[in-house]
Amino acid sequence: MGSQPRLIEVRKNILKQNDLIARRLRQQFRAAGVFVVSLVSSPGSGKTMFLEKTLTRLRQNYRVAALVGDLATENDAVRLTRSQAPVKQITTGTLCHLEAAMVQNALEGWDLNQLDFLFIENVGNLVCPSSYDLGENLRLVLLSVTEGEDKPLKYPTIFNSADVAVVTKMDLASAVEFDGQAAYANVQAVRPGMQVLKLSARSGEGMDDYLDFLKKHLNESRVASNLSTANATP
Amino acid sequence: MNGPLTRNMHELSIAMSIIELAQEESERRGVQVSAVHLKLGTLSGVVKEALLGSFEIACEDTSLKGARLVIEELPVLIFCTACGAQRPISSIQLFCCVDCGTPSDDVVQGKELEVVALEIEEWDRSPV
Repeated sequence: MGSQPRLIEVRKNILKQNDLIARRLRQQFRAAGVFVVSLVSSPGSGKTMFLEKTLTRLRQNYRVAALVGDLATENDAVRLTRSQAPVKQITTGTLCHLEAAMVQNALEGWDLNQLDFLFIENVGNLVCPSSYDLGENLRLVLLSVTEGEDKPLKYPTIFNSADVAVVTKMDLASAVEFDGQAAYANVQAVRPGMQVLKLSARSGEGMDDYLDFLKKHLNESRVASNLSTANATP
Repeated sequence: MNGPLTRNMHELSIAMSIIELAQEESERRGVQVSAVHLKLGTLSGVVKEALLGSFEIACEDTSLKGARLVIEELPVLIFCTACGAQRPISSIQLFCCVDCGTPSDDVVQGKELEVVALEIEEWDRSPV
């Protein structure tokens, strides 16, 4: 008896399980008419402040909620409750990213039909979250002016996985001599055609445009969803 | 919390998924897996070296102990509307057609994270 190696074909996507859950979530979100926005960025990019202001402002006219991923603390969730919106923490322990199953678990007990916007703040990390679909409609990648214009070139994968880039802390732009044109060019280099929004959550600069942008997306997704439902009805 | 282990967790959990998948196949077919062949796109968000290291560690106490991970790296290809064809990009920092320079965000290859084949040890049952 002898042994000989043989190759058998398998062809299986490693993240298939995650992608399946993400697809199910996306269907649920669509059926409930909730628009889901996820945020990715490096630690310290101003994600939590940005989200806090987003929730506070949107809450005036919309039903909003947020899920917040953090490695160990619940500080972010505590800060975000100041917005008065429902906020749930997902503590990831040592895991450096959120996965679709964690979002699914965190949503248990929430009635999605009662929401217009759901925000998912990923763990502060520009590497790992890029591989994981969370079922979101829109992925925003944040880039603060204090991080430097070349962030997109250093992390092309995450910029490529996102839909829109948001430049944050614009109130500090002149203090740190931020070159907005260079930043824009770098985003375009790694993701041609990507929309770039510039704002400051603290000063409020650019927030109106950004919120209008979200509302427009919510309306468009609802129209698209209604159309497909209408078409599906015999 | 930002030590090397945390940074590797992403690759470690992916390595464990690969092992799980290989184990399922090996049990189902009743064979011993000696190598796993993987296609890894440049945009998969997974670092090859970290994955190889994680795989070795994660195999330790499993039936895959000692199995190799063979990684084929797939570069990014975009669809270039000017050339009307799939083309490589200038660099990972510049999503433009390498031939004509037209920018494109239409990625047709480079996001793969896929087990494509298993190398198995098959005992030859025929009479010696």
